[in-house]
Amino acid sequence: MEELDAEPPLMVVPGADPTARQLCFAWGPAEVLVCETLFGRRGAGEGGPSSSRVFVVRKDQDIYIQTLRKLFNESHGIFIGLQRSEEELAGKSRRAQLVQVSKNYRSVIRACMEDMHQAAVSTRDPALHSQYSTQVSILSAMELIWNLCEILFVEAAAAGPLLLRLLDWVRLHVCDVDNMVREVLSSENPSKHELFWNAVDVFVLQGRMDEARHLLAKEASANPTSVNMYKILDDLMKKMPVPSLGNTQTLTEMELKWQHWHEECQRYLQDGTFASNSHMESICKILLGDEDAILEKKELMTTWYQFLVTRLLYSHPTVKPMELRFYAQSSMDLFLGGESSPEPLDTILMAAFEFEMHQVIKECSIALSNWWFVAHLTDLLDHCKLLQSHNLYFGSNMREFLLLEYASGLFSHHSLWQLGVDYFDHCPEYGRVYLELHIERIPLNTEQKALKVLRICEQRQMHEQVRSICKIMAMKALRNNRLGSALSWSIRAKDAAFATLISDRFLKDYCERGCFSDLDLIDNLGPSMLLSDRLTFLGKYREFHRLYGEKRFSEAAKLLLMLMTAHIAPCSFWMTLLTDALPLLEQKEVIFSAEQTYELMRCLEDLTAGKSDKQKFQDDDVETMKVEMLRLALARNLARVIVKEGTLEGS
Amino acid sequence: MASPAPIARARRRRAPSLSLRARRRAAANQRAGGSGGSRRAAGAAMEDVCAKFVSQKISKTRWRPLPAAALQPPDLFATGSWDNEDNRISIWSVGDLGNVGLNGEYQGEPHLLCDIRHNGDVMDMQFLDQERIVVASSTGTVTVFRHHQNNQTLSANQRWEKAHYHVDQDTSCGGAACTGVICNNPEIVTVGEDGRINLFRADQKDAVRTIDNADSSTLHAVTFLRTTEILTVNSIGQLKIWDLRQQRNELSQIFSLTGDRVPLHCVDRHPNQQHVVATGGQDGMLSVWDIRQGTMPVSLLNAHEAEMWEVHFHPSNPDHLFTCSEDGSLWHWDTSTDVAEKPSFLHQGGRSTTYFSHNTINQSVVSAWLSNDPTKDRMEITNLIPNQTLSVNSLDILGPCLVYGTDAEAIYVNRQLFA
Repeated sequence: MEELDAEPPLMVVPGADPTARQLCFAWGPAEVLVCETLFGRRGAGEGGPSSSRVFVVRKDQDIYIQTLRKLFNESHGIFIGLQRSEEELAGKSRRAQLVQVSKNYRSVIRACMEDMHQAAVSTRDPALHSQYSTQVSILSAMELIWNLCEILFVEAAAAGPLLLRLLDWVRLHVCDVDNMVREVLSSENPSKHELFWNAVDVFVLQGRMDEARHLLAKEASANPTSVNMYKILDDLMKKMPVPSLGNTQTLTEMELKWQHWHEECQRYLQDGTFASNSHMESICKILLGDEDAILEKKELMTTWYQFLVTRLLYSHPTVKPMELRFYAQSSMDLFLGGESSPEPLDTILMAAFEFEMHQVIKECSIALSNWWFVAHLTDLLDHCKLLQSHNLYFGSNMREFLLLEYASGLFSHHSLWQLGVDYFDHCPEYGRVYLELHIERIPLNTEQKALKVLRICEQRQMHEQVRSICKIMAMKALRNNRLGSALSWSIRAKDAAFATLISDRFLKDYCERGCFSDLDLIDNLGPSMLLSDRLTFLGKYREFHRLYGEKRFSEAAKLLLMLMTAHIAPCSFWMTLLTDALPLLEQKEVIFSAEQTYELMRCLEDLTAGKSDKQKFQDDDVETMKVEMLRLALARNLARVIVKEGTLEGS
Repeated sequence: MASPAPIARARRRRAPSLSLRARRRAAANQRAGGSGGSRRAAGAAMEDVCAKFVSQKISKTRWRPLPAAALQPPDLFATGSWDNEDNRISIWSVGDLGNVGLNGEYQGEPHLLCDIRHNGDVMDMQFLDQERIVVASSTGTVTVFRHHQNNQTLSANQRWEKAHYHVDQDTSCGGAACTGVICNNPEIVTVGEDGRINLFRADQKDAVRTIDNADSSTLHAVTFLRTTEILTVNSIGQLKIWDLRQQRNELSQIFSLTGDRVPLHCVDRHPNQQHVVATGGQDGMLSVWDIRQGTMPVSLLNAHEAEMWEVHFHPSNPDHLFTCSEDGSLWHWDTSTDVAEKPSFLHQGGRSTTYFSHNTINQSVVSAWLSNDPTKDRMEITNLIPNQTLSVNSLDILGPCLVYGTDAEAIYVNRQLFA
């Protein structure tokens, strides 16, 4: 048994009391059933009556959050798009495509976050408010992690652009300071605002030079005496070299420029140009990458990863991806300073900086309460061909394992199950089996839902499930006395046995009532009539009645005889058929030929001979009378037909 | 046996002309404002299609009808959900409502006015008039909801419990799903899985007329042919005409697809030419029928890859037809393209053309939908959804506006259909 990575979280089942009664449980596909038992407590049995409650404990709680359904549905579309996207696109265009997919995922998270934020703002219930707020912070953490993964793994930014991406990442996610800046700017006289220098510092720390210079210019115009000093600082900030996104300059070129600029800053600091203004001096120190000076502004940075990026910006602008881990570790140590221990989010980000992809996924699985995030992220990384080497000792691979978990969660939801189908489709190894097991368990309350489920099964050639669904629907219809519907379902399932059963019901109804129900169906059976012998008989027998009704007697007679001689009719029904022949025998004109009459007689004799004497004795008088009448009618018909046929030949 | 109707293989899928540019995301360029942010990537200009994810699978979407003299496009529509623990009827507005654009939502994004719980799946839904909506439920109940426009609320106005039921009407589970409803104020006709047809009046408590065992299989949809005649389609591929004037509960005519018994799911009648009827089937086939002649469809057009859930002629521009399907596609069928090729009457003077002009008049009377000459490239077919995933369950068109709802829990509004 492998060691546990984290203590399993404790879940309290509300209403269940494990101290009073022992709990037992049973695993479900995505849920656990828990109930109280009397096991092991002899004394308790006599006490109060045993609880008759069963608790359903859900594994994937987040699936049930209303707002998150947007996330699931919208990301489903992106997921499908990614699976369908062409693998042929090579190199750069493929990478750009994958980055775009990643951005789409992030914007979905963001949209969901905004909705959740709106919900939190508009609700009056404090409990709901805190619930929404928690969700907002979870979603924002997810986006933060995803964005970092996008920069480091999906886009795999090289030295130079890497720093620019990280700066964007920090600016996008550290937004508390924006409010402060807005407050400063909206005041009457920004340069006199108490937070003015804080605002400038924030801009400098985030590398937003233009905005910082803009603010400084305001201050400069208010202090004409030290305008020279401002000009120098402004110049330094303007001249600061930044890595370019294009290929316009090489890394060494950039490093040279940067070195030069660095020395210039150093010079100004040493000759005390800014000595008269402590704020400006500290800014200059920050420009030089002085760690202590940056750390002094800890309050303005709020997180260790912003500290990391600021540090990189002013001391190692051309940092290589593989060097990140050292700076990240030391930044975290410096920033936290042993005061607080890293939280789950910190360890996840640290793992990302260390390029430990599997560690990231593992930590996320433990920390987050849903499978959505890890399943989609892993799938994306897999499409980047970053996870190939890793195989689990169970299941197939990590991507499939996580997708299966996520999709199983969806299937346990009363409404989201449709999304799960596509996820299973893209699990090559176990997806099909999972789908087969799950799809059979979907409750079918309307025919329309059944049709949707059926379509899913038919598209995937899941014949067993198709049969089972049709059978369920046919049974339901039968229970509701909807014979026509039941027959339609069994024809769709090509279920001969069931079709026979229903045909028998139709025939029984006919015998009892003397007329057929559901003529619109039986008259239009078409080729599906051949599904079962009994159904064929039902169709043909009804055809006989139609012919008879239309007074096409000779055709009707021929069909009737054929039903018996070709053994299409079940023996139990022969008597009814022979009785049906009676009116035909008694018609004014002769319908049955001599040969046909002999055949009829043989059928009658076969029928009566088949019965033992004992049975005959038991048969009531009606039956014997029927036979006698038939014999009489047959004999009379035979007499007439001999005369008729004789005269015809003679003449 | 009559010869089978010609199958015009209309599989001419043009490249989608409308691109679904709804919700163009620009996450990376977006500077988030405030914690959690409240700004969406604005900057997208007037979009062709607006999408909104609504956290419930949509089974029906319907525009509110316009008052007779209205010139504006419709601005209100209703949706119904299905397969949820609590399903809802919702009223949405796509009007400009004092430019909601202020808080970031760009113009035209549908926004919720009010909603109300509905017991069971919403199987069908029709506006009775400007204010009232008739809703068919999977529990067999038919409800009339009233939309109070002054305070934006919905309330149940009239309810017929278990209008559709199986053998035992008294038990709690005896209801049979009501699958279709059609209104012709004040008359309401409903059909259901129990093969029953009910005729209600909006103001009467009991059914005016009930035809038990109208169909041995499930009735899927119903529409008015004339004020006294209705059309139903069922799960064994039959189209039936019922005359409500006749007191005997017998159908007047039965039409049927040949042999295959492919279930029909939807039906719509040409708004001007009442004998032209379109139906959609389980195999995604579009059938056009001329109910004056024959008992088989005039043309069968191979269309979607799965169940066709709805078919609608454009109410005022019936050369256009719209269909949606389980396969996640929504098709626009356009037969108006060949109008230009037809000689115009106005320019036909002179004696020499008299004969021809007579001929063309005859031709124009024959609906474009009934001419089934597959050699002529008459029909322009466009798939309006390029990246299809889950089923498009419902659509509605009114004027230049299209609304549709999907199992992917989204509603889409296109306000410039013919742009």
